[in-house]
Amino acid sequence: MPETPAAAQDFFHPDPDGSVPTPAGYFGAFGGKFIPEALVAAVDEVAVEYDKAKSDPAFAAELNDLMVNYAGRPSALTEVPRFAREAGGARVFLKREDLNHTGSHKINNVLGQTLLTKRMGKTRVIAETGAGQHGVATATACALFGLDCTIYMGEIDTQRQALNVARMRMLGAEVVAVTSGSRTLKDAINEAFRDWVANVDRTHYLFGTVAGPHPFPALVRDFHRVIGVEARRQLLERAGRLPDAAVACVGGGSNAMGLFHAFLPDGAVRLIGCEPAGHGVATGEHAATLTEGEPGILHGSRSYVLQDDEGQITEPYSISAGLDYPGVGPEHSFLKDSGRAEYRAVTDDEAMQALRLLSRTEGIIPAIESAHALAGALQVGRELGPDGLVLVNLSGRGDKDMDTAARYFGLYDATAEVDEDNEVAVK
Amino acid sequence: MSGNAELLSRTLAGAKAEDRAALVAYLPAGFPTVDGGIEAVKAAFEGGADVVEVGLPHSDPVLDGPVIQTADDIALNKNHVRIADVLRTVREAHAASGKPVLVMTYWNPVDRYGAERFAEELAEAGGAGCILPDLPVEESEVWREAAEQRGLATVFVVAPSSRDERLARITAAGSGFVYAASLMGVTGTRESVGDQAADLVRRTRATTDLPVCVGLGVSNAVQAAEVASFADGVIVGSAFVKRILDADGDLPAALDGVRTLAAELAEGVRKR
Repeated sequence: MPETPAAAQDFFHPDPDGSVPTPAGYFGAFGGKFIPEALVAAVDEVAVEYDKAKSDPAFAAELNDLMVNYAGRPSALTEVPRFAREAGGARVFLKREDLNHTGSHKINNVLGQTLLTKRMGKTRVIAETGAGQHGVATATACALFGLDCTIYMGEIDTQRQALNVARMRMLGAEVVAVTSGSRTLKDAINEAFRDWVANVDRTHYLFGTVAGPHPFPALVRDFHRVIGVEARRQLLERAGRLPDAAVACVGGGSNAMGLFHAFLPDGAVRLIGCEPAGHGVATGEHAATLTEGEPGILHGSRSYVLQDDEGQITEPYSISAGLDYPGVGPEHSFLKDSGRAEYRAVTDDEAMQALRLLSRTEGIIPAIESAHALAGALQVGRELGPDGLVLVNLSGRGDKDMDTAARYFGLYDATAEVDEDNEVAVK
Repeated sequence: MSGNAELLSRTLAGAKAEDRAALVAYLPAGFPTVDGGIEAVKAAFEGGADVVEVGLPHSDPVLDGPVIQTADDIALNKNHVRIADVLRTVREAHAASGKPVLVMTYWNPVDRYGAERFAEELAEAGGAGCILPDLPVEESEVWREAAEQRGLATVFVVAPSSRDERLARITAAGSGFVYAASLMGVTGTRESVGDQAADLVRRTRATTDLPVCVGLGVSNAVQAAEVASFADGVIVGSAFVKRILDADGDLPAALDGVRTLAAELAEGVRKR
């Protein structure tokens, strides 16, 4: 057993409130376990093993050791005053999950579930990935623990996130480009489920977000709760008070849930999720599930879903591969309907503007996913005014997005200059 | 109007009385066209199928392999199949054959349409019941009540990974027959059926008097005969769909392929 670090118990914070979800996995009307019979035993095994792990000090000790000495936790909290000038003068702090090993928040959940995989005696891990951040984190942990690793990724995403495909392959993972359906995240999850049904004996499906069948929404949330627990403590130390708003981007919703959860009892803290509006919700080309969807079942649980009038899932769109998903975690649906969290939609253009603004004012290039939260934070800051205090989850770094950003801003053309209105002028 | 759950039970009992297994065919509605799909179901009955499961295509068929995914994709994105078309398929196929027709689909289309409304209209169309493989018994109460009130069977799937106490719980809730998945995996043809199926049928029978039909991976008469030696019914899906795909748009050839395969399989289930 690894030696317990000085900050023992500081990085694994399962929700202390045992009432949500219910034993059947319900957050109010949302959640549950809509899975084929072939997966029931495996999903139940995950739930049982997680329950055991939660109360096992050895599990927390090993996870803490990894969080500190491998992932680099705690992550920094950075105030961004130059960026905040565009946010109505409100103070803006970024929770720097982009500084974690592998470059995003995803490593928190992956390390936790990899330890569960070992406890269950499974030797193979599969995962879906959209932007490639969860895939890279999973491939990383599998390299660390010597597990076979297969990552399913929509073909379109393998193209727009080619750097992450190369990273996963460098780490020894097999990357399968999924060519069915919309060839994005939803279809990658479908294919991962098909693999899991066929290979469940030795395989753990390391689900990457707070969606899926029970216990995944609660389990993934618990491994990410550290984000909000740390940020809350850091902000109290640095600003002397809680934020007026905690803002995060929402695709499946894992980084948002990780940020929000520790603030649930703080009723004065607004929890604001930023969904991808793509070309604008009015165009139909978006992935704003909570804003535009209706309750339905996708990938094992009941939640808001983008679907037609006969329950066929509609194809989402976002410039951000990590948010390009027609579903959302059930606890977000619960928080939306209860009014505890609010969700707004941010367009591709707003997100890209925010990406460039943070890059140029603070020297931090965010992931396009996280840029949706930054765009939301600019709006919220202006609404709050100069006395406002906004906490943003900077869930990932933008290296992987440089090809998309370069094309968007015309950066591959050495003679081009991007002016402040984002117009590309060729000299 | 009441559904045809009784007819389904009588049909399966009839096969048993003849000392043979029943042949259950699966064909997706709206494929290769809506009208062509109706003809395909009729062709399966003409060839010797005892029961047909009509697939209600879904955008995200996570339990289906590439063959049925392709059919669903054609049905939805090329032919724009609607639930009304699926119900018409059930109605016309049942009316022409007098045989039991079930619907097989995922839970979201039914949930979205409304369980009550779907059960009502399926019964009215002469349907015998429904198979919803991603609706586990724990979540199934709303559907089962709607189905039972309207004389529709609810067929549950059991898998080699199902433990005995779960089998008992599932078969107690189900009606019509039990769908035993021959292996761990998605739909599609396989070289061999595998040895897990016989064990699963034996364990399932220990919990219920319902007929136990085996599906997944069966594609030819030899496999059908093998499964018929230990099961009450043999379910074949992807192999039928593949015949239609292989006909490459030639509907008469596709229907001939379906009819011929059904006839071969019907012979197989009589050679137990």
